[in-house]
Amino acid sequence: MITVRGLTKYYGSLPAIQDVSFDVAAGEVLGFLGPNAAGKTTTMRILTGYMPPSGGKAVVAGYDVVEHSLEARRHIGYLPESVALYPEMSVRAYLEFMAALRGVGPARRRKQRVDEVMARCQVAHMADRPIGKLSRGYRQRVGLAQALVHDPKVLILDEPTVGLDPAQIIEVRDLIRELGRDHTIILSTHILSEVEHVCQRVMIIHEGRIVAEDTRDRLRARLKGGELLYVEIAGAPSEEITVGLLSLPHVQDVRPLGDNAYQVTCTLGSDIRAGLAQFVVQKGWQLLELRRERISLEEIFLQLTSDEPRPDQAPAGR
Amino acid sequence: MRNAFLIARRELEAYFISPIAYVVTAAMLVVLGYFFSVILFVTRQASLRPLFGGSALIVLLFVLPLLTMRLLAEEQRSGTIELLVTAPVRDGEIILGKYLASLAFYLLMLVPTLYYPVVLEVFGRPDWGPILTTYLGIILLGGSLLGVGTLASALTSNQIVAAVLGVGMALLLWLIPSLAGFVSGPLADVLQYLGLSSHIADFAKGIIDTRHVVYHLSVIAASLFLATRILETRRWR
Repeated sequence: MITVRGLTKYYGSLPAIQDVSFDVAAGEVLGFLGPNAAGKTTTMRILTGYMPPSGGKAVVAGYDVVEHSLEARRHIGYLPESVALYPEMSVRAYLEFMAALRGVGPARRRKQRVDEVMARCQVAHMADRPIGKLSRGYRQRVGLAQALVHDPKVLILDEPTVGLDPAQIIEVRDLIRELGRDHTIILSTHILSEVEHVCQRVMIIHEGRIVAEDTRDRLRARLKGGELLYVEIAGAPSEEITVGLLSLPHVQDVRPLGDNAYQVTCTLGSDIRAGLAQFVVQKGWQLLELRRERISLEEIFLQLTSDEPRPDQAPAGR
Repeated sequence: MRNAFLIARRELEAYFISPIAYVVTAAMLVVLGYFFSVILFVTRQASLRPLFGGSALIVLLFVLPLLTMRLLAEEQRSGTIELLVTAPVRDGEIILGKYLASLAFYLLMLVPTLYYPVVLEVFGRPDWGPILTTYLGIILLGGSLLGVGTLASALTSNQIVAAVLGVGMALLLWLIPSLAGFVSGPLADVLQYLGLSSHIADFAKGIIDTRHVVYHLSVIAASLFLATRILETRRWR
């Protein structure tokens, strides 16, 4: 549904994005992750036709965003980061205006569609309120409604949950997840848990370049380098426990964390929990806790966007 | 073209909500009304020619850019331009729609001035031909000024700057013929032709000279064309 190759954008002599390439299949939800000023908004603005790229090309719903900008735009619903709406218009009036502009018609169908979308985004009870009088959360929902009103194939959402309270965030996230079933969505955020809950694939962008791109789970696996176990063992001095754990098969490293806790690194793909438990019991120690540790998206994000080289780093896939 | 009308309608509705529009209308009517009354007392003629053929029109130069200052500048400042420009709408349609809204509002502003010819008719025997052509001239002049104002609004994200720029450009266009006195030959004629002030007096006399009509339409077309290009280049940044 979306194909991007070698997208580059310079602001003057400063590169905002360089050589960005990715694909999004129909019905997929792609998470676009990156620190501020990484290039997320720039990429989205190029896809939505707000500005042309300095180089490279992008095709949305079969239309090149530069050559056939008008057609491409017809198939896109866009929620920009700023969610700037006309403050003097009522919610309903604004949505009807945007719907008409995007070709939803005739008038009766438009009205019906606006009602549908207001209900879906839960702003129906604010329908006649001027947008300028709405709270940030409601304005965001109206923005989302505007992106949906013409039922586009593609949704491009720039930081859709920023500024919302936790309850609203959950609602928007659920809505996006629901929409993901029959829309293609690109969602940008710097809230990592959002990507965790909503997206099937994740793309991490840093300083204008894509530094990682894969499904959520594979990304985690690639960066782990090994399985991590967290154990709490009491009943012996920590040096003895450490040595003992190191003797187990598949164990690569043991790190005492204090307070009877240890982090055990095992080879990728192994699961030594049963063996470890037996071993601890045989030795007469007390096993207080045993659990698998997953490397969080946070850690992936920080690892990939920090500027320090990491020992296990191969150029993360483009 | 449908989109241009959609945008025009929205913009026109916004005009009614904005206080500036009413203030501008009031200001224009006060100034014109004052001139109308004074001129009537002095000349005792049932004619609009001294009013609209003369310098009272300067008020339009100051007032109409205030009407257009918001059109693009405010959208560029608040960011609402982003959703407009990413809609399946051509830049030209955006500019045209906003311009048409300002033109429509201007026509509404002129409606109260119809009491001038009514007063003349009640107390005298005015020539209706010149009165009608005068209004045509006023509408064309207004159209040109609104075009220039729209261009000014496209150039900035600050409404005040847009207003000042619009007034400045309008004054420039109005005053160009005064430079003709300093040069001679064909250049003087060109300067005469380029000035706004040369293209209004004949309408007040009852003459519809197509040269004047073409001039105003050209100013409008050129302003809107440039404004569209400006909108396009803003995207490239």
